[in-house]
Amino acid sequence: MNWITRLIESPKTILSSKPDKSAPEGMWIKCPGCSETLYNKELSRSQMVCPRCDQHLRISAEERANTLFDKDSCEEFDGELRSIDPVEFKDLKRYKDRLKDANKKVGKQDAMRNYIGDICGQTVSASIFEFKYMGGSMGSVVGEKIVRGMERAVERKCPYLLVTSSGGARMQESLLSLMQMAKTSSAANRLNEAKLPFVCLLTDPTMGGVSASVAWLGDVIIAEPDALIGFAGPRVIQETVGEKLPEGFQRSDFLLEHGLIDDVVDRRELRDYLKVLFEHLMHRAYRPAC
Amino acid sequence: MARSYLEFERPIAEMSAKIDELSRMGSDADVDIAEEVERLSKKRDQLIEKTYGQATRGQMAQLSRHPDRPNFLDYVPLIFDDFKELHGDRAFADDAAIVGGIARFGSRSVMIVGHQKGRDTREKIRRNFGMARPEGYRKALRLFHLAERFDMPVMTFIDTAGAWPGIDAEERGQSEAIARNLMELAVLKVPVICTVIGEGGSGGALAIGVGDRLYMQQLSTYSVISPEGCAAILWRDRAFADKAAESLKPTVTDLQELGLIDGVIPEPKEGAHRNLEEAASMMSEVLDNALNEVLAIPVEKLLEQREQRLRQLGEFAEV
Ligand SMILES: [Zn+2]
Repeated sequence: MNWITRLIESPKTILSSKPDKSAPEGMWIKCPGCSETLYNKELSRSQMVCPRCDQHLRISAEERANTLFDKDSCEEFDGELRSIDPVEFKDLKRYKDRLKDANKKVGKQDAMRNYIGDICGQTVSASIFEFKYMGGSMGSVVGEKIVRGMERAVERKCPYLLVTSSGGARMQESLLSLMQMAKTSSAANRLNEAKLPFVCLLTDPTMGGVSASVAWLGDVIIAEPDALIGFAGPRVIQETVGEKLPEGFQRSDFLLEHGLIDDVVDRRELRDYLKVLFEHLMHRAYRPAC
Repeated sequence: MARSYLEFERPIAEMSAKIDELSRMGSDADVDIAEEVERLSKKRDQLIEKTYGQATRGQMAQLSRHPDRPNFLDYVPLIFDDFKELHGDRAFADDAAIVGGIARFGSRSVMIVGHQKGRDTREKIRRNFGMARPEGYRKALRLFHLAERFDMPVMTFIDTAGAWPGIDAEERGQSEAIARNLMELAVLKVPVICTVIGEGGSGGALAIGVGDRLYMQQLSTYSVISPEGCAAILWRDRAFADKAAESLKPTVTDLQELGLIDGVIPEPKEGAHRNLEEAASMMSEVLDNALNEVLAIPVEKLLEQREQRLRQLGEFAEV
């Protein structure tokens, strides 16, 4: 079953998901890629990929889950985790207030949603970043959810899928956020030891502390087309080196050319891609029977 | 040697100049001058204690990257013997921003790896101010694995503003290089002791900072982002760096309160930047105890403890 047949069979799962807040609401959406005015429903049907120019619009974690998993197969976990304000951080606004605002605006699951669901019949433990929640920044809750997602994969002997979309570590949790890089990277060893596939899907944008830790530790690392992915932000690099950045710098194709990722995969083909990939990785011709 | 003084160290500088001048004048064993020098020296000690003891977090951040702060390679001959530097990542280059090799610590051979910012301008440029590229982290990883093969404890020394934010670094996989180190250090089958000796700057610091013990020198700092970088993002103005530092809580005291460090390495009262020898001997003593402590733990158990240590990082609520 590919995504088209699935959509025809279960149009509700996708169309019932709330439209991305960062995209204008209403019937019509202007594509940020080609400036074409698109019918919202048509865009939803193509998984928020512009049918004219193939621009992949950012989608919420819930929309991602809806487009990724088989109908009625997914269950959410770890929704009870909440960020606290361990260092009483204050910039122009208090961290406590930022959290309240984000909870109201985006939902209380912080910048990470954990699911167990089937992708073309294969059970997968998945952690999906929520970019709208404080820029998908990784604090203690995000780190803990990633580790629990990995542990759940080990428990259920299933693959682990991480879908990233993050500006990096959450500054408001100070060094505790930096330590989430170590915590999540360490936990990836459990998947290795259990010989379970760990696949990373990097989406726009994946930067900083998330990029420089768990996002790059998958057995297979794929990216959505034209996503911005890198360690340092382009503006910081520009200011540091004082030269013009090359065309397409830190975009998916650039990473592919430099040998940093395995492939670039269109969102509309993702389920089929993962189906085959997990079949290969879970096959284990040489594994002794237990 | 010409000394550098930070703005808020100026009263100390002035008093030191006065003492130096008096000392020169009193070369004929003038008793009055000797007494005055002693009196002023005492006063200077009090001033130093007050200045560093009451420093704001912004000032602490400045102290941790003081121009006179000793570098990794300044400590090496004072703490270790028979250092053999090992170069290169075997794939692309030798990154001079990270120095590593085998050395003897007391009676034991250990692998030491540290950032090296550079002392004079030429060295600073050669070492890219201690900001490593992917090949630097990959060299470090190669040495970690070498240590594992020969059952050598690893000791790392952190002092960097961060990983190099450059086009070349991105092209060669800065993110991947850092990530790989975090993952591999978590399961390296030898003891790993990490020490922040100056500026602990973000992912570039952490890439050689995962281990069984984390120590910090008294005047060092460790932070998820530099106060300037944080101010530029959250205040949209680097001038708010002092305010950002207050929020980031990057000092030894702050991080002890958060339970993120195992111990503080004391510094001479005038700071490591004014008394390298004493700073080195203080560091040596703490690290010797630390090494004995971790070596007493069977390696399987040590790895279990390391895993637990990393697993429990973070503070959150469950509703
Ligand atoms: Zn378009």
